[in-house]
Amino acid sequence: MSREAVTAAHVDSSPPHAGHGAHADAAHHGPVWLAHHFDTPAQQFDTAKIGMWVFLAQELLFFSGLFVAYGVYRSWYPEMFIAASRQLNKEMGATNTVVLLFSSLTVALAVRYSQVGNRKMTGRLILTTIGCACMFLVIKFFEYKHKFEGGLLPGRFYHPHLEHLVHGSPPLPDNTGSFFSIYFMMTGVHGIHVLIGIGVLIWVWIRNNRGEFSKEYFTPVDIVALYWHLVDLVWIYLFPLLYLI
Amino acid sequence: MAAITTSPAHHEEVDPNASYLEASKGIGNWLVTVDHKRIGVMYLIAVTIAFALGGVFALLVRAELFTKGRTIMDADTYNRMFSLHGVVMVFLFIIPSIPAAMGNIILPIQLGTKDVAFPKLNLLSLYVYVFGACFGIYSMINGGVDTGWTFYTPYSSSDPAHGGVGSPSAVLPMTLAAFIMGFSSILTGVNFIATIHKMRAPGLTWRRLTLFTWALYATSIIQVLATPVLAITLLLLTMERFLGLGIFDPRLGGDPVLFQHFFWFYSHPAVYIMIVPAMGVVSEIIATFSRREPVGYMAIAASSLGLALLGFLVWGHHLFVAGMSEYATMVFSALTFLVAIPSGVKIFNWVATLYKGSISLQSPMLWALSFLFLFTIGGLTGLFLGMLAVDVHLHDTYFVVAHFHYVMVGGTVMGFVGGLHYWWPKFTGKLYDEKWARFGWFFVFVGFNVTFLTQFVLGSRGMPRRYYDYLPQFQQLHQISTMGSWVLGFGFLVLGTMFVRSLIGGKPAPRNPWGSAALEWMTPTPPPLYNFVKDPVLTRGQYDYHLATDDELYEGYDDPLFPKRMSKESREAKARS
Repeated sequence: MSREAVTAAHVDSSPPHAGHGAHADAAHHGPVWLAHHFDTPAQQFDTAKIGMWVFLAQELLFFSGLFVAYGVYRSWYPEMFIAASRQLNKEMGATNTVVLLFSSLTVALAVRYSQVGNRKMTGRLILTTIGCACMFLVIKFFEYKHKFEGGLLPGRFYHPHLEHLVHGSPPLPDNTGSFFSIYFMMTGVHGIHVLIGIGVLIWVWIRNNRGEFSKEYFTPVDIVALYWHLVDLVWIYLFPLLYLI
Repeated sequence: MAAITTSPAHHEEVDPNASYLEASKGIGNWLVTVDHKRIGVMYLIAVTIAFALGGVFALLVRAELFTKGRTIMDADTYNRMFSLHGVVMVFLFIIPSIPAAMGNIILPIQLGTKDVAFPKLNLLSLYVYVFGACFGIYSMINGGVDTGWTFYTPYSSSDPAHGGVGSPSAVLPMTLAAFIMGFSSILTGVNFIATIHKMRAPGLTWRRLTLFTWALYATSIIQVLATPVLAITLLLLTMERFLGLGIFDPRLGGDPVLFQHFFWFYSHPAVYIMIVPAMGVVSEIIATFSRREPVGYMAIAASSLGLALLGFLVWGHHLFVAGMSEYATMVFSALTFLVAIPSGVKIFNWVATLYKGSISLQSPMLWALSFLFLFTIGGLTGLFLGMLAVDVHLHDTYFVVAHFHYVMVGGTVMGFVGGLHYWWPKFTGKLYDEKWARFGWFFVFVGFNVTFLTQFVLGSRGMPRRYYDYLPQFQQLHQISTMGSWVLGFGFLVLGTMFVRSLIGGKPAPRNPWGSAALEWMTPTPPPLYNFVKDPVLTRGQYDYHLATDDELYEGYDDPLFPKRMSKESREAKARS
């Protein structure tokens, strides 16, 4: 811990050739994909990972408000929640669950193929994931359509048409609009996440096609996959809470 | 996460050893920059404008209260003025003030790195902030809000346009503004956490981080974990006003108290988003101007994290009279008292650092000492409010107003302005006029105390907050408070003029004008584009004054007020000891 070392490190304010110092070639100090402010590829990868995980923590807290609202109203109006959840289409919900679980598998495989440098399979698997995401949204669209036809809408817009209700279901109390408020908020916010997911998956698909990824550099595929797993995870909780119990 | 994948092209064309202010010219280059220092400067300009705007609203509120009944505006306008004061000061000024503006510039330099972890994300967070601010301005042009900054339901969520009975003002764009600006705050938090974990220079261990870095780390954790809850709450509020969701409106089967729980689950931790970075600034200033390592370094660092943790557990103390189970109120009250522990740890350690320190009373130090003094008052009066029986009397009175202004202005603003004085030479490369700085500080300090000490008395005598009119017995104290606000406003005017004068005709600043041992003072002033001419390797801690060389500390050191305080002999004697 000598003073000379400190001085040399800290106060070298007049380099011998201004403009040709240590940073003059900073933008070219490694592979093209290594950003200017990182020293090593490992540092860049680790930083991206930790950033994404912290971001996912944020996502969980974002959804937590909706889950708490769900819990509060369910405990206040249990009969209403049970009656209202009968109006949801379990088959469609279950299909969507399978679709999303499968998409999580494909995106995880895409990461693996990217890690071993198989560009073709990576691309195919990302496309499959995008396909699953679109299928999820199409099924969701038909579910929403049915709810709109039945007048099963949030709060103020809740005007049920008896002929559209599921046969043999218990009668719906007057405040059922609250359930559909929570239903549409939860699935709507989740749906927006699916849409964003499709966007970023297309982005990595294009970059993969351009050949930007390799065994050494597959960070974007990895972090987009992490995000996609979260979208899946949230749905895994939404499905039983809204449709099954 | 495009931020980390490609090299910004325009960096390749510039001279990296030129100062960051001169590395490339033109407003276009500033608008697309990914340099953390330029982004920080743009944030600094934005929050300063917001501060001035919020200050004008405050002066108008105080002016209206000068006499009872109508003074200069009607009751509806008054409601909008205090609401806008709160919204602008909280969401546009205090939250981004220290972390996003100063932290952005200083954090990577104190870490010895070239930039934050995700430079493009950093720029995005600035644009998200500006985008949110546009919604806020739109709301102000369209009549502003009259709900208070807390947007309590059902008044805020029940829209008269749809047959509701709530606020007729422009609540929708303003809540959207706060919603959007929340994302800016989250992105900054994510960025800082990744930066502190992964971007430290060789030799910069966790124990060698500056206390400012520790404070920003704690702040970022709160930003990332609390802000999304506000986001979803405001989204629910927006949708409730728009679609009549009925989650917060009792007429539709909802629960307005649930909104208060959600809101304060963010907004109480947000108090620590506001105060903890200011504590970091104060730690830096006190260490530098006492010329020694802070006493209890790890205790101060840990107490920042302690505040971040406890901040999440005490939101219920805002709801003591709102309707909550008695057991819950007792638990929240007890947890609230715990907050005093990490706060006290900090105060005692700072005072211990001053003890036998080699203190110089330059302008940044005046602000740091003001912080100690005022924050202690603000913190201790918080205990009154955390006490159940006392809170029933004091809730929603001027006592609360005075308490949080002592914390937010006496704490955060003192830290912010102190930090601005401290780092101004590093940011701009210019010195400011020390006499003007002291003059301005004097008026702010006196004006602040006259304004808000009075309000403790008003509140304890029963004057409710947010009221347009009051009983005759309160008039004298209100008038004293209003006159104090003029002195306070004048003080800030002096400081504003001083900084503008410095920009126009200030003397060039030396590399290390205060004789500090921290890393940001080891690089040229203003710093080069990539912060350091040579990648730094730390062989000592950033407060190790006994290991720092005289050149590091005193090259270009200039203290005209104490020309002899640091003679060469005394420095050598100090180095030997």
